[in-house]
Amino acid sequence: MLKALQLEPEKCTGCLQCEMACSFENEGVFNPSKSRIKVFTFHDEGRFAPYTCSQCAEAWCLHACPVEAIVINPATGAKDVHADVCVGCKVCTIACPFGTVNYNADSGKVIKCDLCGGSPACATACPTGAITYVDAEHTGYERMRAHAAQSLPHS
Amino acid sequence: MAWQRKILRVNLTAGTCTPEPLNMDWALKYIGQRGLASKYLAAEVDPKVDALSPDNKLIMATGPLTGTMAATGGRYSVITKSPLTGAIACSNSGGFIGAEMKAAGWDMIIFEGKSPKPVYLYLENDEAQLLPADGLWGKSVWETDEILHATHQDPLLRIACVGRSAETGCLYAGVVNDLHRAAGRSGVGTVMASKHLKAVAIRGTLGVGNVRDKRAFMDATTAGKKTLKDNAVTGVGLPTMGTQVLMNVINEVGAMPTRNMREVQFEGASKISAEAMLEPRESDGKPNLVTNGACFGCTIACGRISTIDPQHYTIANKNKYKGASGGLEYEAAWALGCDTGVDDLDALTYANFLCNEDGFDPISFGSTVAAAMELFDIGAITTEHTGGVELRFGSAEALTWAAEVVATGTGFGKDLGLGSKRLCAKYGHPDLSMTVKGQEFPAYDPRGIQGMGLTYATSNRGACHLRSYTVSSEIMGVPVKTDPLTTEGKPELVKAFQDATAAVDSTGLCVFTTFAWTLADIAPQVDAACEGGWTPETMLEVGERIWNLERQFNLDAGLTAADDTLPKRLLKDAAKTGPAKGQVNRLHEMLPQYYAIRGWTEDGRPTDETLSRLGV
Amino acid sequence: MHHVVVGAGPAGVIAAEALRKLAPKAQVTLVGDEPEPPYSRMAIPYFLIKQIEEAGTHLRKTADHFAKRGIDLRQARVTALTPASRTLTLADGGQLAYDTLLLATGSRPVRPPIPGMDLPKVTSCWTLADARRIAATAKPGARVVLMGAGFIGCIILEALARSGAKLTVVEMEHRMVPRMMNDTAGNMIKDWCTSHGVAVHTGTKVDAIETKGDALRVVLNNGSAVDADLVVSATGVRPNIELLEGTGIATRQGVLVDRHLRTSDPAVFAAGDVAEGIDFSTGEYSVQAIQPTAAEHGQLAARNMVGLRGAVHRGSVNMNVLDTLGLISSSFGLWMGKAGGDAAELLNRERYRYLNLQFEDDVLVGATSLGLTQHVGVLRGLIQSKTRLGGWKRKLMHDPTRVMEAYLANTQALGFNATVLK
Repeated sequence: MLKALQLEPEKCTGCLQCEMACSFENEGVFNPSKSRIKVFTFHDEGRFAPYTCSQCAEAWCLHACPVEAIVINPATGAKDVHADVCVGCKVCTIACPFGTVNYNADSGKVIKCDLCGGSPACATACPTGAITYVDAEHTGYERMRAHAAQSLPHS
Repeated sequence: MAWQRKILRVNLTAGTCTPEPLNMDWALKYIGQRGLASKYLAAEVDPKVDALSPDNKLIMATGPLTGTMAATGGRYSVITKSPLTGAIACSNSGGFIGAEMKAAGWDMIIFEGKSPKPVYLYLENDEAQLLPADGLWGKSVWETDEILHATHQDPLLRIACVGRSAETGCLYAGVVNDLHRAAGRSGVGTVMASKHLKAVAIRGTLGVGNVRDKRAFMDATTAGKKTLKDNAVTGVGLPTMGTQVLMNVINEVGAMPTRNMREVQFEGASKISAEAMLEPRESDGKPNLVTNGACFGCTIACGRISTIDPQHYTIANKNKYKGASGGLEYEAAWALGCDTGVDDLDALTYANFLCNEDGFDPISFGSTVAAAMELFDIGAITTEHTGGVELRFGSAEALTWAAEVVATGTGFGKDLGLGSKRLCAKYGHPDLSMTVKGQEFPAYDPRGIQGMGLTYATSNRGACHLRSYTVSSEIMGVPVKTDPLTTEGKPELVKAFQDATAAVDSTGLCVFTTFAWTLADIAPQVDAACEGGWTPETMLEVGERIWNLERQFNLDAGLTAADDTLPKRLLKDAAKTGPAKGQVNRLHEMLPQYYAIRGWTEDGRPTDETLSRLGV
Repeated sequence: MHHVVVGAGPAGVIAAEALRKLAPKAQVTLVGDEPEPPYSRMAIPYFLIKQIEEAGTHLRKTADHFAKRGIDLRQARVTALTPASRTLTLADGGQLAYDTLLLATGSRPVRPPIPGMDLPKVTSCWTLADARRIAATAKPGARVVLMGAGFIGCIILEALARSGAKLTVVEMEHRMVPRMMNDTAGNMIKDWCTSHGVAVHTGTKVDAIETKGDALRVVLNNGSAVDADLVVSATGVRPNIELLEGTGIATRQGVLVDRHLRTSDPAVFAAGDVAEGIDFSTGEYSVQAIQPTAAEHGQLAARNMVGLRGAVHRGSVNMNVLDTLGLISSSFGLWMGKAGGDAAELLNRERYRYLNLQFEDDVLVGATSLGLTQHVGVLRGLIQSKTRLGGWKRKLMHDPTRVMEAYLANTQALGFNATVLK
């Protein structure tokens, strides 16, 4: 069974350990600005929300890519960016309606969550259990995907 | 090593920003942040300068672990000569700007001179620019933050700035970052404003990548996080209750300075405690506390995010205070509450919001208001001075009014902005000022916790709990329980805490980790990140070196052993209630021995032998 | 069952693959008329600056990709379509019968009626063959005139400037990327280009291109002239609909399609640059010559070709992203705004930062950005999901940078930590 990242914003304290873990795993640097997962802060409400790619079934980014640089990893179900193929055209960054594919000007390529190949560093690093990697069906994740599908029916 | 090896030198007089290499010889002797920046300050600034003159410098400094995955690795400090105390000042803050500075590729920023016109520093990786701040001068911290985010269209821009209190000369103004985190003590914000530097806005996308041994670093920091999680204080107490967990505890041991330290227990403590912050209120059924919030990289997350009761008088028709923002920490709750005798949680939260909004230290502010209330009580200050306000102990209205006038530096707010020492002197009763070296006390009465008396008296930045938090041992039993009412062993305890804390403050880590960690937990993290071969022993030595460097700066600035004392009230007037009833602080039993074990002369000067042993 | 796709660009390839998945037993034929394996025009600029080899432009990376999937990829030019007999005539005289047909023939550059356009050193930049020609000439120091600073022109501009050519851009309209950017953003891009050493003439036409020795002389309508070693024309594209002449299939600017991407002939569908489909924002039919729309069309057309129910085209959101010498810009939907709607705007000319949001009531309907690279897709998400922003509209009017928070607050269940603490 495929696993998915379960995000529970109500448990998040905004410490950004996930962002550091992500950038360290993927770039070898502690650098939140290069993280594939981002914590959004709602200061006035005292809320924090970690958010990243839900590996949505529609795979808007994958279909929009003109050079097949984004492919499904059969082991994880993640949509992986193959940096050696990506030309940096950024079409996927505007195609992803969730805003979770970002352009990295330093590398000239796009970056997105690939579930770290099946062992997401963010989930390991999260000190409060706000990010966990669990069986996809046991999460609110399916609801999240359903919501995504509902709010954005395939044109 | 986890240093970026790069300093930005900003000459405000000339309007230049110049990179220079970090002095690595010094880094290996002082680690970073507090220690290393103090070394730079001592080397570059004549200790006798007027703190508010262009000759003073202001340093924003990170530690080698700032911006890394080490738990709490988000700290930065502001180091300068204090206008409040005339001593060296180092104010430590969390939030996110320290890590951002590090991610932009800088270990520290040294500001020197004075800009002819208000400016702010925009720092995006290697790009450093001084930009005009005419439109920001006269704005609060919150407004400044908003304007700069809009100007640069970058929600992730991290901002540290001063508020109107600093601009109008309040001597205990801080530098506020990320809206409600502050390098709060000793008037470091006042120095910043005196240089016409309104804000520092940083965006760093380079990150911190050069840790010495990545594998060892991840192992050491992961082990450290587990220790924090498994510890009752850092794993449960602080995240759930915040530092406010102490309110009822300290009150019960009879060490709660109350009504300008006339008393040692506050009858209203439970109403302003952590427990009270979790109680749903009548008006909207919500508790004061909305959530706990973490600083960068912190797995403890003690920060309080609060709202004020929407029905409360303080915020009628004031929408900007109706959202959530930084709530009460213990020291603030004590100063704004116990010390003024006010037990209205919402009034305290409001005053705390104003401290954040316009950048002034709630400890010094609350203590100064408490002194003013005592002066009012004895008739030295009257409604003629206050413009009609009855400045009475216990009056929430008086407290919140005081916060409003200090925030903007208007009317009697100017006098309150002088701090307790100068206020009491001005109104003819210097003995009523509860300060050491001109800085106001924090929330532990040294009559009930003897070690804290020595802590305050000898603190290099004036009265301060964070220089040697012996409360940890004397009340909480960490690392070992000592009797709070005895002076025996306290000089050794204070020295050990002072040295260890100075080292921790120089790493980029938060001193709150030391509820769970000892240097044996910290040294492996530093060692994995940095060259230099770090052990608990070498770190303690660095701590001692820093302490002596700071001491030497103060002596050179003109301070003497006579300044290592406490207000008469704490030495002569016995505690009236509680377990410490009948006690005064017996500083005289501790101080000479403290000097001796420090390797100082009887008049408190480090001997040549001590200085050369430490290489100061 | 035989599904035939004409045109091996993104729309055609995606459709052929989707057809294969949806109808495992059917015969799927993909016809392209260029000699190379199916490739992406989007990638040509990166080939021009030698960031990638020619193979890097290929839509699919393995040589047997189509064969392995049982897609019959043929290189052939279709010369005629006979709807009555459901047959295609090929240039080699062969015939191809279909049960359903997808027209994904794309578009081609418009050739402006200017004297000298047929000179050998004047070229468009559309095919790999064009790209090879340009790469051979646009060496460092070469003088290049680029006609047209629309979306495609700007993509080429980036590549030409990076290859070290001395570049002059001539655009008829009064700002750059006029069909993607408003005055503010279009002129900021111009300023950016100018400050990066590219000469930009807006509001200027090319009157003629003349031979001058070994080189060219480009005469402008402002009375001046520019010498050039190469002229690249990017003055727009138009759909390849010639095949439909006389077939009775309805065309306007492109091939008219309904909400199932079906043309007026029930067996014939159209997708991508050639199709005049529904624009999500206006509800009207128009040609959107953009990659995401081609991909959407291709997917959806395939579903309809195999008769899937509910595969309704709700319209594609017009959107573009550009990287002009490092200045990244994007626009979405009704970026020019809607009458009676509200707009939020942040502008910092000195730092080349710009964000403009357009609302209808409390729904985001359009957006323009300069210098924004993080979470930019959420602008599309908010537009396409027609999320009612409620109180967040006021917050966005005040601070438009918080679009991601607005999206999350309106679509995700965000709880409060304090409830967990207790």
